Amino acid sequence: MTTHDLLKTTREPLVRVAGLTVDFGSVRAVDGLSFTLEAGGALAVVGESGSGKSASAYALLGLHRGTGARVGGTVEVAGTDVNAADDAGLRALRGAKAAMVFQDPLSSLDPYYPVGDQIAEVHRVHHRVSRKAARARAVEVLDRVGIPDAARRSRLRPHEFSGGMRQRALIAMALACEPQLIVADEPTTALDVTVQAQILDLLHTLRQETGMGLLLVTHDVGVAAESVDDVLVMRDGREVERGPVARVLGSPREAYTKELLAAVPRVETRRVVPVPSPRAEEASVPLLEAVGLRREFGRGNGKVAAVGGVSLTVHAGRTLGIVGESGSGKTTLGRMLVRLLDPTAGRLRYGGTEIGSLSEKELRPFRRELQMVFQDPVASLNPRRSVGESVADPLRAAGEGDEGRIRDRVGALLERVGLDPAHFERYPHEFSGGQRQRIGIARALAAEPKVIVCDEPVSALDVTTQAQVVALLAELQRELGIGLVFIAHDLAVVRQVSDRVAVMRGGLIVEQGSADEVYGDPRDPYTKQLLAAVPALDPGLAAARRAARKELAAA
Amino acid sequence: MTGFLVRRLGGAVLVLFALTAILYGIFYVAPGDVAQIACGPRCSPAQVAQVTEQLRLNDPLYVQYGHFLQGIVAGRDFSTGTGVEHCSAPCLGVSYQSDQQVTQLILAKLPVTGSLVIGAFAGWLLLGVGTGVLSAWRRGRLTERVLTWLTLAGAATPVFVIGLLLIIVFCSTLQWLPAPSYVPFAEDPEQWAWGLLLPWVSLALIESAKYARLTRSAMLETLAEDHVRTFRAYGVGERAIIGRHALRGAVAPVIALSALDFGTMFGGAVLTESLFGIPGIGRELVHAVKVVDLPVVVGMVLVTGFFVVLANALADVLYALADRRVVLS
Amino acid sequence: MSEALLVKEAGAAPVVAPASGARLFWRRLRAQRAASAAALVVLLLVLVALAAPLLTALAGQDPNAYHPDLVDSAAGGVPIGPFGGISADHWLGVEPQTGRDLFARIVYGARVSLGVALVATVLQITLGLIIGLAAALGSRWVDQLLSRITDINVALPIMVIALALLAIVPETFPRPVLIALVIGGINWAGTSKIVRAQALTLKSLDFVSAARLSGRGKWSIARRELLPSLAAPVITYAALAFPSNIIVEAALSFLGVGIKPPTPSWGQMLTEADTWYQAAPTYLLLPAGLLFVTVLALTVLGEGVRTALDPRAASRLRVGTKSAKHTEGGAA
Repeated sequence: MTTHDLLKTTREPLVRVAGLTVDFGSVRAVDGLSFTLEAGGALAVVGESGSGKSASAYALLGLHRGTGARVGGTVEVAGTDVNAADDAGLRALRGAKAAMVFQDPLSSLDPYYPVGDQIAEVHRVHHRVSRKAARARAVEVLDRVGIPDAARRSRLRPHEFSGGMRQRALIAMALACEPQLIVADEPTTALDVTVQAQILDLLHTLRQETGMGLLLVTHDVGVAAESVDDVLVMRDGREVERGPVARVLGSPREAYTKELLAAVPRVETRRVVPVPSPRAEEASVPLLEAVGLRREFGRGNGKVAAVGGVSLTVHAGRTLGIVGESGSGKTTLGRMLVRLLDPTAGRLRYGGTEIGSLSEKELRPFRRELQMVFQDPVASLNPRRSVGESVADPLRAAGEGDEGRIRDRVGALLERVGLDPAHFERYPHEFSGGQRQRIGIARALAAEPKVIVCDEPVSALDVTTQAQVVALLAELQRELGIGLVFIAHDLAVVRQVSDRVAVMRGGLIVEQGSADEVYGDPRDPYTKQLLAAVPALDPGLAAARRAARKELAAA
Repeated sequence: MTGFLVRRLGGAVLVLFALTAILYGIFYVAPGDVAQIACGPRCSPAQVAQVTEQLRLNDPLYVQYGHFLQGIVAGRDFSTGTGVEHCSAPCLGVSYQSDQQVTQLILAKLPVTGSLVIGAFAGWLLLGVGTGVLSAWRRGRLTERVLTWLTLAGAATPVFVIGLLLIIVFCSTLQWLPAPSYVPFAEDPEQWAWGLLLPWVSLALIESAKYARLTRSAMLETLAEDHVRTFRAYGVGERAIIGRHALRGAVAPVIALSALDFGTMFGGAVLTESLFGIPGIGRELVHAVKVVDLPVVVGMVLVTGFFVVLANALADVLYALADRRVVLS
Repeated sequence: MSEALLVKEAGAAPVVAPASGARLFWRRLRAQRAASAAALVVLLLVLVALAAPLLTALAGQDPNAYHPDLVDSAAGGVPIGPFGGISADHWLGVEPQTGRDLFARIVYGARVSLGVALVATVLQITLGLIIGLAAALGSRWVDQLLSRITDINVALPIMVIALALLAIVPETFPRPVLIALVIGGINWAGTSKIVRAQALTLKSLDFVSAARLSGRGKWSIARRELLPSLAAPVITYAALAFPSNIIVEAALSFLGVGIKPPTPSWGQMLTEADTWYQAAPTYLLLPAGLLFVTVLALTVLGEGVRTALDPRAASRLRVGTKSAKHTEGGAA
C-alpha cells in the first residue's frame, strides 16, 4: 500500500488551508483563503496578476518565512502544520512531502552546477544515501520526465539545456524525493505553446502514474482546463468561485468568472470586427510591401539569418497577423518593416518608394508614417520623462513649436486612447501595464501614421486588459484606416484581430493566407502542430486535443 | 577557447605596442632637452653635445623610436664614450645615473617586489574573502554591521598611514619586531619572513577591504537570485546554501580582481616599498623619478604596463573559465 | 577603492529607474543616518578649506612663517612645550625644526587635499563622459578606436604614471594644478567604460527606438533620452572616486613628488612627521587622522549617494516608494 492509498483511506486531506492571510507591509495579498485538496487530487488556482495566487502557493511550503511577509491562518500539508512548524520541520516538508516547480526554469536552477548534481543534492537532503546513489537517482528521474540520454545530459549545466528540457529537469527535481504534492507556479508561462503542451501532458501522465496531488497556479484558464479536476478563481486575495473544472468553466456563476472567461481569446472564434468587402483589398495598392526581406546577425562563421527571405504586403485598413514561437524571427521582421533594423537583403517598398536601403537622413520624411507599438510596457516609455513629453515627441519633431497646441493635441490623443488628458505631467511608473500600452499607442498615433507594427502588444497584459487593448486597436483602425501588422505568439489573439495571417518558423513564413483559411484548414504540418497545442477551455475538448497531439507526435 | 585566448593575447600585444609609442612620445619627445637631462644640470655645452652624439638624439624621431623598439625586440648597442656596450633583448636602455642596463636593474628588483606581493596577496585573499563570507552569512545582524564599518575604515585608510602606525607600535614602541627589511629568501628564509611581516600585514589589511566588499556583494546578489529560492524550497539548509550556492557566485569576480591586483602590485607596490624601505621596483621608480633618470622611468612603467596588461588578459580568461555562463567570444 | 571594483559597483545601478528628482534624492540621503553624519563632516571640512585664510587670520598665524624660537634647537628641533608646543597662539602646536604653525598648515592642507581631488574628479568624469558617449553613439570604427584607447588607459597604473609624469614637467608649473590634471587626465577609463556600457544598454531599449521612429535626430535623442539616465551611475562613480583621488594626492605628496614645499599638504606632512613621531606625535597624528576622517566621511557619503540613487536599495529605506506594490511572487 502506498502512502497515497493510506491517506485516501484515512480521508485526511493532503492540503487543508483555512483563513490564510498574507501581508506584505501594508498590502494584504491573500485575504482569508480556505480550500482543501484530497490526496491525488488536482486543483488549479487561477487569477490575474495581483490576485494573490502565487503568494498562496508559496504559503503552502512556508516560503514566506524570513522574507518580512506576515502569514496568518492555518496551512496543513501532508500532516505538517506549516505556519507552526520549526525550521527543521519545514525543511523536512519541503521537497520530501511537497515539491515546488517554479515559473522560469533557467533562473530557477543554479547556473554553476550540472543539473544532475543539483537534483542529487536535493535528494541527499532528505535521504541518507551515498553521492553515487543520489546521482543514479537523478539520472533515473531525468529519464522519467522524458529527457533523452539522461545519463549524459545530467552532467550538463542548465544553460546547455533548451527551455523545455529545463522545465522537465525542474519537474525531475520535484520527483526526486517522491513527494505527495507538487505545487507548480506558472510552470509553462515562459514556454512556447508547443512546449507548453508537452509539459502539461507530462504532468498529466506523472499524476496518473504516481498518484500525487497537484496544485497548479496559473493566469491561463486554458492551462487549467487541460490539467486539473477542480478550479479556484481568485481575485484581490479572495476566492471568487470554486468547483469542478467543467462546471466553473462551462457555466460560471460569478460575474467576475464570466468576465474573465469572456475576455479569454479563443482560437475557434473568428474576427468580430466587420471588414469592408474583400474585393476592395485585391484592388487596392499595398501600403507597404516586402519582397525577399532578409536579415543576418553576426559575422563570419557565427552568421545567422534571423529572417531568411520574407515577402508580405500590408494594406490600408487591414490587419496582417504574424504568429510564431520564440526565435521564429517575427520581432526582427517587425523591426525591419519600420526600418528600426536595416535589411541585409530584399526590398521594402512604402507607397511607391523603396525605403529598404535609404540612409537615416533620407528616411526622415517617412519615419513618422511607420510607427510601432512595443511589447514591454516598462521599457517602451522613458521612465525619466513625463508621458505627455513622450507622446509630444513626434509633434515636436515635426516642427510644432506652439506649447498650447502641443498640449491640446496630446490631451486629445490621451483621451482618444481612454486616458485622462490631465495626465500629461505624470510619469510612466504611475500607470498600470495596460495604461502604458495605451500611452504607447497614443505616441504612435501622434505621428499620424499610415502603418503601425504592433510587436506582442498585449502579451505582458492580463486577459481582461488584453481584450480592451485589442478592442482599442481595432477601433482606431476602423476610424483612421491604418494598416496594422500584429505580431504575437498567441494564436487566439492573432485570429481575433487579423484579416490575413502569416505563420513564421525559423525566419521564414511557412504558411500565409486569410485568417479563416489558416485556422480552419491549415496546410502546413507546423501550423497544424501549433493549433493542436493551443490549450482548450473545455476539458472535453482538451482531452481530444491531447489525443490529437499524441497522434501528431506518433505520425 | 583557443580562439578566445589567441584573440585576447593578440589584443594585449597591440596594447603593449601602443604603450611603448605613448611612453616614448611623452618621455623622450616632450621634455625638450633630453641630452641636458641625461648629462645633468652642471654639464657644459660641449659635454651636452657629446651626450647628444652618444644618444644619437640628432636622428629623426622615428629612427630614434625604431632604435628603442629594436632594443626591446632584438637588443642594441650603446656607445659609452669609451667603447660600445651591447644590451641584449629585451633592452630598455641604460640608466643615465648608474650606467647600468635598465633590464638588469629591473630583473634584480623583481624578486624583492615578488616576495612582498606574494605574501600580502595570500593575506588579503584569506582575510578579505573570509570577512566577506562571514558578513554575507550574518547579514542583517550586528556582526555584519561591525564588519561593514571595519571594511569601510580599511578602504578609507591610505596604506602609508597604517604602515606608519604599525611601525611605530610594533617596531619602535613595543619593539616586538625588527625594523622591516629585505633579506633574500635563499639567504635566510626566517629573516625574510620576519622582515616582510609588517609590509605584508599593512598591504593585506588595506587590500582585504575591497575583497570583503566584493565577496559580500556578490554573495548577497546570488542569495537574491531565483535558484537560491529553489534550493530553499527543497529543504536545503542555510549552510549549504551559503557555502555551496552563494559562494560559488563570488568565485569568478574574486579571481578576476585578484589577477588584476596581482599584476598591478607587481609593477607598483610603490607606497609600501617606499615606506618600509623595501628595495623593490616601486622604490627604484620613485628614486628614478626624483633624479629624472628617463630610461629607468620608462623601462619600469613599461614593465608595469606589461604586468597589468598580462593580468588583464589573465583576469578575463580566468573569469570566463570560472563563470561558465559567459560565452567565450 | 580599486578601479575595477568601482566600475562594477557604480555600473550596477539600473538604468531604467523611475525619475527620482533632486528632492527625493535628498530625502533618501537624509534617511541614512551614517551618510547624513558624513555629509556634515564633509561640509565642515569644505567650510574650513574655503575659509582657510579667514581662519588663519583669526588665529593670527601664517602657514609659512618660521618660529625658530618655539623649537629646541639643542634637542634637534623638538617643539618646546607640551603636546608638540600647543599654546594659546598655536592651537595645534608647531612643526618641529621650523616652528611653523600646525593649525595654519593643516587648514591650508585641507584646501589642497579637497581642491586637487575635486578638480581631478571633475576632469575624469568629464573626459569619461565624452569618450564613453562618443564610443556608444559613434560608428563601429569610432567605438573600436575609443575602446582600445580605454584599454590602454586601464593598463596604465595611475600611481606609476603619475609619478613618471611628475618627473618631466618643469618645476615652474603650479604643482597642485599639475597633480589634479595628472590624476584626472589619466584616470577617465572607469567612467568611460560605465558610460559606454550604460548608453549601449539604453540604446537597445524600446523607448529609444520609439524616439527614433518619432523622427528625432541622434543628438536630440542622446540629450533627452540617454543623458538623464546616465546621471545616476556617473554621480555614483564620482562620489566614490572623490575619496580615492584624495588618497592618490596624499600618496604622491608622501612620496615627495606631489605637492612641493612650502605649500602645505597632509601627505607631505606625513613624510616629514615620520622621523618625529617620538618627540612630536601630534605632528604625525594630525594629518594621519584628518586624512582618515576625510576619506572615511567621503566614502560613507559616497555610499549614501549610491543608495539614494539606486531605487532597489532605496526601497529598503522606505522613503519615497509608495508602499511598494507586492504582487505575485513576493516571496524570495
